[in-house]
Amino acid sequence: MIPEFRGIYVVSEDTHDCNGSLVLRRKKKMLQYPSADIISTVEFNNTGELLATGDKGGRVVIFQREQESKNQPHRRGEYNVYSTFQSHEPEFDYLKSLEIEEKINKIRWLPQQNAAYFLLSTNDKTVKLWKVSERDKRPEGYNLKDEEGRLRDPCTITSLRVPVLRPMDLMVEATPRRVFSNAHTYHINSISVNSDFETYMSADDLRINLWNLEITNRSFNIVDIKPTNMEELTEVITAAEFHPHHCNTFVYSSSKGTIRLCDMRSSALCDKHSKLFEEPEDPSNRSFFSEIISSISDVKFNHSGRYIMTRDYLTVKVWDLNMENRPIETYQVHDYLRSKLCSLYENDCIFDKFECVWNGSDSVIMTGSYNNFFRMFDRNTKRDVTLEASRENSKPRAILKPRKVCVGGKRRKDEISVDSLDFSKKILHTAWHPSENIIAVAATNNLYIFQDKVN
Amino acid sequence: MDTMFTRGIKRKCLDPEVIDGALVDLKTLPSYTLERQSMLDMSLVKLQLCHMLVEPNLCRSVLIANTVRQIQEEMTQDGSWQFFHAHQTSEPAPVDRLVSTEILCRPKDQSEEKHIDDTYITYSEELEVQETQEISEFSTVASVKAAQNGSSSFWEIEGPQENRVNLQKSIDHIFETLENKNTNSMEDLFSEVDTTYYDLDTVLTGMMGSSKMGHCDVLENLPPSPAPTNCKAELNEIDHIVEILVES
Repeated sequence: MIPEFRGIYVVSEDTHDCNGSLVLRRKKKMLQYPSADIISTVEFNNTGELLATGDKGGRVVIFQREQESKNQPHRRGEYNVYSTFQSHEPEFDYLKSLEIEEKINKIRWLPQQNAAYFLLSTNDKTVKLWKVSERDKRPEGYNLKDEEGRLRDPCTITSLRVPVLRPMDLMVEATPRRVFSNAHTYHINSISVNSDFETYMSADDLRINLWNLEITNRSFNIVDIKPTNMEELTEVITAAEFHPHHCNTFVYSSSKGTIRLCDMRSSALCDKHSKLFEEPEDPSNRSFFSEIISSISDVKFNHSGRYIMTRDYLTVKVWDLNMENRPIETYQVHDYLRSKLCSLYENDCIFDKFECVWNGSDSVIMTGSYNNFFRMFDRNTKRDVTLEASRENSKPRAILKPRKVCVGGKRRKDEISVDSLDFSKKILHTAWHPSENIIAVAATNNLYIFQDKVN
Repeated sequence: MDTMFTRGIKRKCLDPEVIDGALVDLKTLPSYTLERQSMLDMSLVKLQLCHMLVEPNLCRSVLIANTVRQIQEEMTQDGSWQFFHAHQTSEPAPVDRLVSTEILCRPKDQSEEKHIDDTYITYSEELEVQETQEISEFSTVASVKAAQNGSSSFWEIEGPQENRVNLQKSIDHIFETLENKNTNSMEDLFSEVDTTYYDLDTVLTGMMGSSKMGHCDVLENLPPSPAPTNCKAELNEIDHIVEILVES
């Protein structure tokens, strides 16, 4: 069922503009992202307390939300750097004479089970399980080694000591706990933790593998679309995700614009899908670019698992798992680009992979566009808004002004024409806090965090 | 050119009845054929660049290859593919090889030599079979492109007269190469076609002469519908030339 819209944007009077459009209050000017590198993924953990980003340099930066304190009540909700670590290093495949980029393609958090946090991060070929834990005490007074950790000469040990824990400055440590390698020939585009929390899957262009989080030397191939003759290859896997509650069900999307739902109970190798979601092509819109723009760049289950959202080049679609022949909702993200497809093909922008996210209550969906614009669609009121993530356009704590792109006709003062859009500024990755209206928007090497509340 | 590449909409803005009252298949319209050709050229360049990488973005490569396949299928249906195909050999990597996704994701050095040989043999066979057909295809494409001359200053880089001279030269080239055809001197054969192709390219599309302009700009500069009468006249004229050439 579609959840009820609870007016989540209407928190205080000045959070909506004169038209009553969706408005998010800008929380901070911009998060200080340590040294500039292009952010390649953004992900909140299950409580929203932590926010992880991965970048092109193979780094993972984790931000932690400031806890409310009596002396600084206004600081509630600000995210500060909690831990930074190098997750992946550039590698060289000597057999293929090929450099493996360190760029983090995806990060997925595991649900928290003890004081430590766990996350999976992946580059093109290798998935790693990282443990992020705090330490504020250290043991002192060992018998067999000195303070620097050097072993002592046993002859000098004359008495027995009991080591003690002494407090020290808080330290956040990230340690690689598992390295899942050598299972992907092609580039990994997705990882998804199963609802059993024991297994996860990793998907590349042609195959999907199922792993146990404890076992690194073996994985099960659950989908393989590689044709025996590679010359017949016409379709690739673009994204994959587990159902949020049914551990046997997962979906994967393809470059032909289809979504396949598979049931792992039916067979070990899910070559035959249980459901195929596909919308028949509108013949009036047919062009050379039809297939390219229908290629799905992201697929996400909603929180209940009843719906799936897909993003293709020009639209976001919401599908009901019970209806395969067409989506129940289609939202135009930037339809004005339809007339620009030739140029976008020429400059390769048409192959950009935009992601999409649900808000906590599944009533609003968000996805990125060009010119540092990102879009939100209210599924109940059918209202939509275009916002901009930029340093220049808004003062700290000021309301984000909705932006408009001029489509034909005369351009109004506050509008921006399609021709002046900057296609090098693209918002591919965004994240929405699991329960609150806090969003994280990655714009090249800047991370913007917006929220609806006024502190 | 908001309607560029959108067949459905194009149908509306270009009333088929204008053209001699007869229904004209949209796919044979000059502007459409030219758009398709540019799209094909652009895609082939992209595929060629994919080949230079050991591990290109597979999704992108597959999408481009599918686009080329789609255009190829369409051109095969309306007969213009054979023409293009025959002249494609001048490219370092022929179309079939580019479209083949296997090559896209495997190290380049494997069986490269063998593959090229195979392809060349296929081409030579096709040249033989389609010798006559090719000429008529050629005329279609030529007329289509020549038709643009009258309506846009951009196309006046080379006058129509010169065009015809070059056209004749090119066709002579084809005959020459066909006559000299000899499986042992394959390389010579295609080096001949090589220059022919580029000459044709310059003459017919003006692409070479205006490196500053992208494919899209070229298209955007074209009028949405060339003057129908002019087009028809040109078409007949060049058909006639080709007829004479074939007969001689």
